[in-house]
Amino acid sequence: MKRVYLFVPLIIFIVLAVLLGRGLMLDPNKMPSALIDQSVPEFNLPSLASEERMLTRADVVGEVSLINVWGTWCPSCMQEHPYLMKLASQIPIIGVNYKDVRADANNWLVKLGNPYVVSVFDEMGTLGIDLGVFGAPETYVIDQQGMVRYKHVGVVNERVWLERLKPVVDQLRGEG
Amino acid sequence: MRQLCLRVLLLVGLVVSGSSLAAIDTYEFADEQTRERFHQLNGELRCPKCQNQSLGDSNSPIATDLRREVYRLLKEGKSDREIKDFLVARYGEYILYRPELSRHTLMLWLAPVFLLLIGLVVVLVLVKRRRSAVQSATLDVNEQKNLKALLDASETSNEVESNKRD
Repeated sequence: MKRVYLFVPLIIFIVLAVLLGRGLMLDPNKMPSALIDQSVPEFNLPSLASEERMLTRADVVGEVSLINVWGTWCPSCMQEHPYLMKLASQIPIIGVNYKDVRADANNWLVKLGNPYVVSVFDEMGTLGIDLGVFGAPETYVIDQQGMVRYKHVGVVNERVWLERLKPVVDQLRGEG
Repeated sequence: MRQLCLRVLLLVGLVVSGSSLAAIDTYEFADEQTRERFHQLNGELRCPKCQNQSLGDSNSPIATDLRREVYRLLKEGKSDREIKDFLVARYGEYILYRPELSRHTLMLWLAPVFLLLIGLVVVLVLVKRRRSAVQSATLDVNEQKNLKALLDASETSNEVESNKRD
């Protein structure tokens, strides 16, 4: 009977090794979004194209679409931009120009092309905070009712679109 | 070459960011107590971008924004609870360095108590075992009688043995 106790340290070791091993596999940067299945927050911000035109939540919801948070200061956004141009024919993309300079952002869109159906100019990052943005680029899938259904942090490329975003979009379109 | 450029850039970044932090954050507080709360909150809230730093430690742009947001909410007279809830609603529980007691964090909060209990039980068992070992080392009257009998018997048998050899 006593001999069984000899295995206790081994068992403790195995349990700890499994737990810690699993901990190593997790991505510490993966932050579950608090906004999933929540409504897109209300906002009242100018459009990027014109200071006078104010945009609100009602202007951007209504269809299954993507909200893409970007800025000219963000190198990954530059990397992502060509793929967004391709994607624009498949799904409406709403741009949130995050903490940027208006002229720079407009130049960028003229020079590289504009994949966005409409761009919100979030100079102070207030909409960004309401969305829980912590670094551009971030892309949200929103449904017909304006609920956030998915959030992707980082560059959207073909792989991300096909493996992560498109399945969600297809499902939402099927429902609607 | 590219690597070298990157290194130089990083170095410049380090120098510049270190010195600019003090310049960016100049907040005026109505009283000392609010200032204290501001620093307390900044210490307890986690920067979402650089997750090993608190809002107060980090000089990433998002931490600067969130500090400004905390300041704004404090100025509006919000309680610490309301400010934390505001940020949790946007960034998730992740942002709290001191997580709330909930179903998900139950294990986190109870594990130390549980481990302490295990430790106590182990210590008690060991103490008890040692005490009973000490007690059994002294013989009671009967045992002493038996021992004496055994010793006497072996002595006499020894004598017999030695006699035989002579």
